[in-house]
Amino acid sequence: MRRIITVTVINQSGVLNRVTGLLMKRQFNIESITVGHSEQPGMSKMTFIVHVEDERKIEQLVKQLQKQIDVIKVNDITDKAIVMRELALVKVVAPPQARSEINSIVEPFRATIIDSGKNVVTYQVVGNPEKIEAFIDLVKPYGIKELSRTGATAFVRDMQKVPSPQLSILK
Amino acid sequence: MSAEVQTKQAVLEPMPTMEEQQTTRPADGSAVLIQALKDQGVEVIFGYPGGAVLPIYDALYKDPIPHVLARHEQGAIHAAEGYARVSGKPGVVIATSGPGATNLVTGITDAMMDSLPLVVFTGQVASSVIGTDAFQEADIIGITQPITKHNYQVRDVADLPRIIKEAFHIASTGRRGPVVVDIPKNVATEVFTTPEAFDVEVDLPGYQPTTNPNYLQIQKAVHALTHAKQPVILAGAGILHAQAMDELKEFVEKHRIPVTNTLLGLGGIPGDHELFLGMAGMHGTYTANMALSECDVLLNIGARFDDRLTGNLNTFAQHAKVIHIDIDPAEIGKNVTTEIPIVADAKEALKALLAADMYSPETAEWIDVLSKKTEDFPLWYKEDDSALLPQQAIQIIHRLTEGDAIVTTDVGQHQMWTAQYYALNNPDHWVTSGGLGTMGFGFPAAIGAQFAKPDARVVAVVGDAGFQMTAQELSLLQEYRIPVKVVILNNGALGMVRQWQETFYNERYSQSLIPVQPDFVKLAEAYDIKGYRIESPDEAEAVFAEALLSDEPVLIDCRVKQQENVYPMVAPGKGLHEMIGVSGE
Repeated sequence: MRRIITVTVINQSGVLNRVTGLLMKRQFNIESITVGHSEQPGMSKMTFIVHVEDERKIEQLVKQLQKQIDVIKVNDITDKAIVMRELALVKVVAPPQARSEINSIVEPFRATIIDSGKNVVTYQVVGNPEKIEAFIDLVKPYGIKELSRTGATAFVRDMQKVPSPQLSILK
Repeated sequence: MSAEVQTKQAVLEPMPTMEEQQTTRPADGSAVLIQALKDQGVEVIFGYPGGAVLPIYDALYKDPIPHVLARHEQGAIHAAEGYARVSGKPGVVIATSGPGATNLVTGITDAMMDSLPLVVFTGQVASSVIGTDAFQEADIIGITQPITKHNYQVRDVADLPRIIKEAFHIASTGRRGPVVVDIPKNVATEVFTTPEAFDVEVDLPGYQPTTNPNYLQIQKAVHALTHAKQPVILAGAGILHAQAMDELKEFVEKHRIPVTNTLLGLGGIPGDHELFLGMAGMHGTYTANMALSECDVLLNIGARFDDRLTGNLNTFAQHAKVIHIDIDPAEIGKNVTTEIPIVADAKEALKALLAADMYSPETAEWIDVLSKKTEDFPLWYKEDDSALLPQQAIQIIHRLTEGDAIVTTDVGQHQMWTAQYYALNNPDHWVTSGGLGTMGFGFPAAIGAQFAKPDARVVAVVGDAGFQMTAQELSLLQEYRIPVKVVILNNGALGMVRQWQETFYNERYSQSLIPVQPDFVKLAEAYDIKGYRIESPDEAEAVFAEALLSDEPVLIDCRVKQQENVYPMVAPGKGLHEMIGVSGE
């Protein structure tokens, strides 16, 4: 199962290493990870997407992260109403004769052209990871020269539709 | 015991100082460190100097704290672990950068696995050359990150008082564990200008251990226990760390619930208590393992359901409702599905259970069933007139020391026999490497244990192979007048490896037999320690009586039967109910 975890950490050197080291030690597969400053000074927010086998594994992951001294808060927000965004830069092979065709295809994704060269166009696309995947699939036939993704960042929406289940012993 | 009293004094005697200290305020990073250690009430440091910690050792020379110079950093840290286990206080270690620091890695991991409080100071090359592969540089922060509860590299001398306070706080609260503080050489010599830094209080928003149990969870536990027909308590090392022995005994006796121990939990309940079933796990008693297999309510207090305890998880406590009390929420539900989780300190949880209005379960029949098992399948061995059996040796030691000694071990056969046959009267008298299973642990740990309790009789039971991993620490016994009794159960083999090769590898003894041994008696004599050798069962009684009751350090080389195996046993992958070797027939 795919889980989206957000972690609030004290912004100290080595803290990213601590968190990823822990994931490695306990054999969790990270799909993506993003880090950046949060609204509080001295605090950073991480968002990562991991693949786990079952509930027990994810509960263990959350609890192990919680144990870290530099970790203030851990949330598994997978089952909550969330906003999630990722940005991708995609350099697509686009000779002049194919350019308008590609542009019309990517238009529904609201991708923007941020650079273009003789035979290539670089698109910036923002959305949840599924949307990015779809975009990549769509332009792949034209040839992707280069691709760079930021990884997803997310937080919970203000309005929650349904109460989400709590892990058994986490308050 | 005059010699034992002297132990502490020999070390406590202050070293001659070059000059009288005029200043009251620490002048530089090293002096800050010494001052902060004194503020923490540190009684003894186990360490080894080197280039990067020269400033620290210079400060220690001017303003002494008793220091034990081990002969290898691994010896120092295992001694600190022994000290921590027996005293309950954090063991303090100092080592230099690079190899000094990396030599501590095994001990740090050992302390992490067995939840022992340690504060480890490592020297580091100067900040300006960190990252340049400088002489004796090792990334000890990176190396120890997965094996410490927390670690720090000090960047600014002004942070040092706060970091040391935090390190001691983190090591000795919640689930105990090792904390490493890495001090670059320039920080140790930097001028200290912020005395107010000593007044900073510990403020760790990300570290707030839960110690008091949730009331509703306690009520659920009470309900489950009251209605149990076959309840059993599994008491782990959490009982000892929380000093909850009295509460456990009271609870067990009040409600007549049988209790078993993990390897590390031994001593949490007196070894001869009528409701004690013996140790559980791979080499536990038949009764304890069957009790865990057949119980309907399992109350785990401060044990982490280690694989050597549970055997095959699919058949572990299959019919039981599991209540798990642990200070570390991450241990609950990690291996065994838990119906009633209680995050709390063992002592607080037991107090809450004792205060609750709880009817005792009807356990008379269950206790009878279990007593019958012990009667039918007690621990056993077959006597052999031609050779001393290791079990016999432990029994003699137990009888002569009346179960009151502090006993330390390495890992392997001798450890299991000691766990089985040395019934402990007292808590915190058992120092063994459980989780990591470290050879070479027992002897230095005994040295540390003796520093924690200078008047106690400390017996290090070790194997001939494990002893040779840290035998250099024999130097310390006369130097610091440590009357530790070293008992080598010498079977000329890596006993447990040999046993597994016999049982599971069709007697292919690959690299597990050691035909050439040093003369351990002469080795002892080389260090000015009295050595004894026991070659037959007849000699054992008299030699042990003389050696163990002496006030001096001694080494006893017990030649025991090589082919002797540890039984009963749960084979790897099997369930606790599938024990083999439960009887001699």
